[in-house]
Amino acid sequence: MPDAAATSTIDIDPTSAGRAAARRRRLVRLLLYVVAIAVMLIIVVPLSYSILGGFRSNAQLVSAPTGLPDPWVFGNYAAQLGSGRFWREVVNSTVIALVTTAVVLPASSLAAFVIARYTFRGREPIYGLFTIGLLFPVAVAILPLFIVLRQIGLLSNPLGVALPQAAFGLPIAIIIMRPFLRAIPDELQDAARIDGAGPLRFYWYVVLPLSRPVLSTVAILTIVTSWNAFLLPLLVLIDPAQHTLPIGVNNISTQYTTDYAAVLAYTTLAMLPALIFYAIAERQIVSGLTSGAIKE
Amino acid sequence: MAAAPSPTETATPRAVGATTSKSPGWRTVALFLLPALLLYGAFVLYPITQSLRYSLFDWNGLGPLDSFVGIDNFTRAIRADEFRSALGHNLFIVVVSLIVQIPFALGLAVLLNSKIRGRAAMRTIFFAPFVLSEVVTGVVWRQILRPDGLVDRVLDDVGAAGLTQGWLSNPDIVLFSLFFILSWKYFGLHMVLMLAGLQGIPQELREAAAIDGASAWQSFRNITLPLLAPTIRVSVFLSIIGALQQFDLVWVTTGGGPIGASSMMATFLYEQFRRGLFGYASALSIIIFLLSLVVAILYQRMVLRRDIEGAGAGA
Repeated sequence: MPDAAATSTIDIDPTSAGRAAARRRRLVRLLLYVVAIAVMLIIVVPLSYSILGGFRSNAQLVSAPTGLPDPWVFGNYAAQLGSGRFWREVVNSTVIALVTTAVVLPASSLAAFVIARYTFRGREPIYGLFTIGLLFPVAVAILPLFIVLRQIGLLSNPLGVALPQAAFGLPIAIIIMRPFLRAIPDELQDAARIDGAGPLRFYWYVVLPLSRPVLSTVAILTIVTSWNAFLLPLLVLIDPAQHTLPIGVNNISTQYTTDYAAVLAYTTLAMLPALIFYAIAERQIVSGLTSGAIKE
Repeated sequence: MAAAPSPTETATPRAVGATTSKSPGWRTVALFLLPALLLYGAFVLYPITQSLRYSLFDWNGLGPLDSFVGIDNFTRAIRADEFRSALGHNLFIVVVSLIVQIPFALGLAVLLNSKIRGRAAMRTIFFAPFVLSEVVTGVVWRQILRPDGLVDRVLDDVGAAGLTQGWLSNPDIVLFSLFFILSWKYFGLHMVLMLAGLQGIPQELREAAAIDGASAWQSFRNITLPLLAPTIRVSVFLSIIGALQQFDLVWVTTGGGPIGASSMMATFLYEQFRRGLFGYASALSIIIFLLSLVVAILYQRMVLRRDIEGAGAGA
């Protein structure tokens, strides 16, 4: 695919060859816009189908699934918003996401701090041990995890979701934090030591305040991952009163197999919080992912 | 990625050498590591070791663990046609992701790295599906692809009724549909990774090449691509591991059906779990883990080593 460098270099060329090249560049540019717009449509159409579908009746969904709803039907959204189920699931998802984050942040930053700033025997093996967790996602570890949670009585308990999620979130959190914490200037550490501050005070008074950007990046990634988690909550949260949004969406879609409008309304409501969150925190989500994947 | 000898270490030797050489004593170190290690040990490492143990037994998850069967669960898995076809489906997703999704993401990253108008908005939109849950993604697409759903109706309307398909119910097509949905959700991640890589390439290099008369394609082929290689390799790695471990989206969208035509290793595992075949399911999870581990190690040996030799362009 051609790129912009060539386009920007030569613009004034009176010869006919130059004009031909300019025409070709314009054509290429046009083509690029066509591709970009096509891809945008592929992303936007399913989302707007879901949003608008919630405003249609089932009859409309069958007879006229495209275009704007005619007439607009507000009953689907109203029914779901008024059912109490949606709000309960929002609260459950939120609580679990916050607890997970509240566990991940201190645990990962403490560990990443010593791994990044001090040498000690076994440092690299311990770091390697954490990173290997990336290869063992919840879906693969679900069975023994389920048995462990049963043994210690954490089934039907939000902590039974939050604690394992925090544990599985440690690898990426530590991987993202380590280079950041390492980049903190040594002079600060020396100064702290000369002032008689031990590692814990250095961590608390110097490192943590400086690490706010990376901490919020990790927090945001943890929240998004927890918010979207499906299998673990599905197995652990047996009581429907504890269900989270992804479970709710899956249940609705299997319960109301023919009430398409209700399914779309509920699914739309479930994805809105994530999209709003994304609109607010896009920069941090993106930079967190790219730094986590590329720096190390 | 995982367990790679970190490039930052070589890049900033001072940080390692000077102050950090002073160890604060193992007690302090242990204290700092304790919360993470406890958590990680209890919910990640301990379950893995238990998995290994259960995998050697015939066990329904409730009674005593007393029916030792050795490696029978493993041989049974390797011989099972359902498992083999599930593995095949995972590999299919791996291969088409590498052939289609990664180049596609690269193309769009190059596009967004040019001075095209509206690129910030495009990036926002392209990446948006990544923040949706796989459950929401699966349910929406199931609605769109169901018989007489949006796709079929649109095909009808444009006079291409002959093209309507059982997008999710035809065994010959379902994997392609799933691949499409997975790409829909994940190409944005790869695009964003590569965009970050592209932005790390100095503009002057390509300007110099253009002055020397290099065509856009030559400059892409000989400058951009080699300098972007480390990023591409990370992307490829994430893509392979993700495809080997795929669960949520497939489970919600097709449940692995029809008749196992879209089963994945993880959905097959989950079915055995639900049937109460705990020993067998444990063996399956060990197999998936080992496969991922082998891929990761091979990848690191073969590919990431080259990054370290290939100068600091990547880090």
